Amino acid sequence: MSLLEVRNLTISFGGLRAVDDFNIEIKKGQLYGLIGPNGAGKTTVFNLLTGVYKPDEGIIRLEEKDITGLKTIDINKTGIARTFQNIRLFKDLTVLDNVKVGLHNHYHYSTIEGIFRLPKYYKVEKAMDERAMELLKVFELDGEADYLASNLPYGKQRKLEIARALATKPKLLLLDEPAAGMNPNETGELMDTIRFVRDKFDMTILLIEHDMKLVSGICEALTVLNFGHILAQGQTSSVLNDPQVITAYLGE
Amino acid sequence: MKKWKMTKTAKNNFVTYIIVLIAYIVVQILLKSGNMSSLMEGLLVPLCIYVMLAISLNLTVGILGELSLGHAGFMCVGAFSGAFFSRCMDGVMPNGIRFFIALLIGAAIAGIFGILIGIPVLRLKGDYLAIVTLAFGEIIKNLVNVLYIGKDNNGFHFSMKDSISLHLGEEGQVIVNGAQGITGTPHDASFTVGIVLIFLSLFIILNLINSRDGRAIMSIRDNRIAAESTGINITKYKLMAFSISASIAGVAGVLYAHNLSTLTALPKNFGYNMSIMILVFVVLGGIGNIRGSIISAVILTLLPELLRGLSDYRMLIYAIVLIAMMLFNWSPKAVEWKDKLKEKYFSNISFRKEKEVK
Repeated sequence: MSLLEVRNLTISFGGLRAVDDFNIEIKKGQLYGLIGPNGAGKTTVFNLLTGVYKPDEGIIRLEEKDITGLKTIDINKTGIARTFQNIRLFKDLTVLDNVKVGLHNHYHYSTIEGIFRLPKYYKVEKAMDERAMELLKVFELDGEADYLASNLPYGKQRKLEIARALATKPKLLLLDEPAAGMNPNETGELMDTIRFVRDKFDMTILLIEHDMKLVSGICEALTVLNFGHILAQGQTSSVLNDPQVITAYLGE
Repeated sequence: MKKWKMTKTAKNNFVTYIIVLIAYIVVQILLKSGNMSSLMEGLLVPLCIYVMLAISLNLTVGILGELSLGHAGFMCVGAFSGAFFSRCMDGVMPNGIRFFIALLIGAAIAGIFGILIGIPVLRLKGDYLAIVTLAFGEIIKNLVNVLYIGKDNNGFHFSMKDSISLHLGEEGQVIVNGAQGITGTPHDASFTVGIVLIFLSLFIILNLINSRDGRAIMSIRDNRIAAESTGINITKYKLMAFSISASIAGVAGVLYAHNLSTLTALPKNFGYNMSIMILVFVVLGGIGNIRGSIISAVILTLLPELLRGLSDYRMLIYAIVLIAMMLFNWSPKAVEWKDKLKEKYFSNISFRKEKEVK
């Protein structure tokens, strides 16, 4: 059964068809890559999937459920979480609180219980702390839990963003250029982390990436976008050997 | 052992409460020993009012990250609704209960106005809130100035023209008299009440900040797009923070009304300048820093009065202090120096306190 199913997704900005007739099917537990040259429309696809933009045409289904045109927060509640190309952390909150914001919709107490510090506040906050620390441990951020997010080094900020996205208990995780700005060592580490997340959380992951080492190393299937169109789609090895893809990336 | 360790924020909040408490005790000692001039004594309640306004505006500006230029408008709404209630109910019920209900009414009505303004405006991205609240403050002030409400045996009468068109019966009396405002509001405000209300506002705001809702509010401030895609309901939390902020300003207004025998809406007390002054408290005390707001509100309210003797140079010194405070609070060098100082002298003390609290 496919977890995410997208049929002929299309959006135009002015006269420009930024994404045209986009189709994709991602199976549960798959590590799927979305690649393409700059300006191909990859991030636009992410924005369509997360409800930042409303598609002109097309259907998005998550576990058979039509989520086309839902608001961003509702899409997050149905189970799609994402990270951003330019990191968007809550920079004046602590590392721990960043993850706790991610847990927001899964742990509840009322405003009154929060202000008057009723027993439920302590109980739920404690559970949230424990859960958040668990997540931070996975990303080896537990030592920095009290730091402000903006004080983390770049690589750890990327990891924190993934931790925060995972805290919302998604079914599908979208990573927008997770290796951007990382050195080869950090990229290697990140590949391990992504694989680990997939195995440990039983997660389905769709990622945008330019780093071919990362893409060929961990993605099981690929879709290549060029000028908003799908250029190639399928198993990673066959797609990467497709002459059309090589032309698009390297030129004639 | 470790379980009882106070977190850094809890410790910080604790210090804030202690500062207010110490200020209260010092003032009480000065009052009892007769060492306080009548001028200063008259300033005590206004001080409490300004402190409440400053911390409530800090919730909007520092924690929610929206600019409000009409905080005096919410204070005005609270003041007039509280005073109106007190005038109507004077003698009907015990004073304490009446004042308490007046405070609740002031908070509720100011909060409702906060929600009414927030619903359309907080959905927008950008600085629209600043513009709309600015207009709101001015509109409220002018509306109150042409508002006439009277009461006789037939009930309430209402007019926007003058007191004669209320057509009151023989026993009737005018309660809200247009530009002359409300006269004869019972004098319930005292320094102790003010301090209690400051404590209550602090309690609400500080506990809100350190809760699930507070985190959601601050996440919107830090990154709206990320907050949205993390499943935070932006409009709900913006409205929550803004209306709580407005409510506390309303309570400050009720306190203000019950400190004066005549309540009128003038540019001086509920106008644009007042809103800006509250904003100055917040900015100088440090945006998002509740304790800083308290301290700067106190200093900047006392300063002009203390400098009265210097007549000509008064405003000059005031301006210099403003600049000095700004540099002290915001320049990176000064911040660095403060941190160093704190580490050097206060690390032991705070450690000791930690142990005591357990």
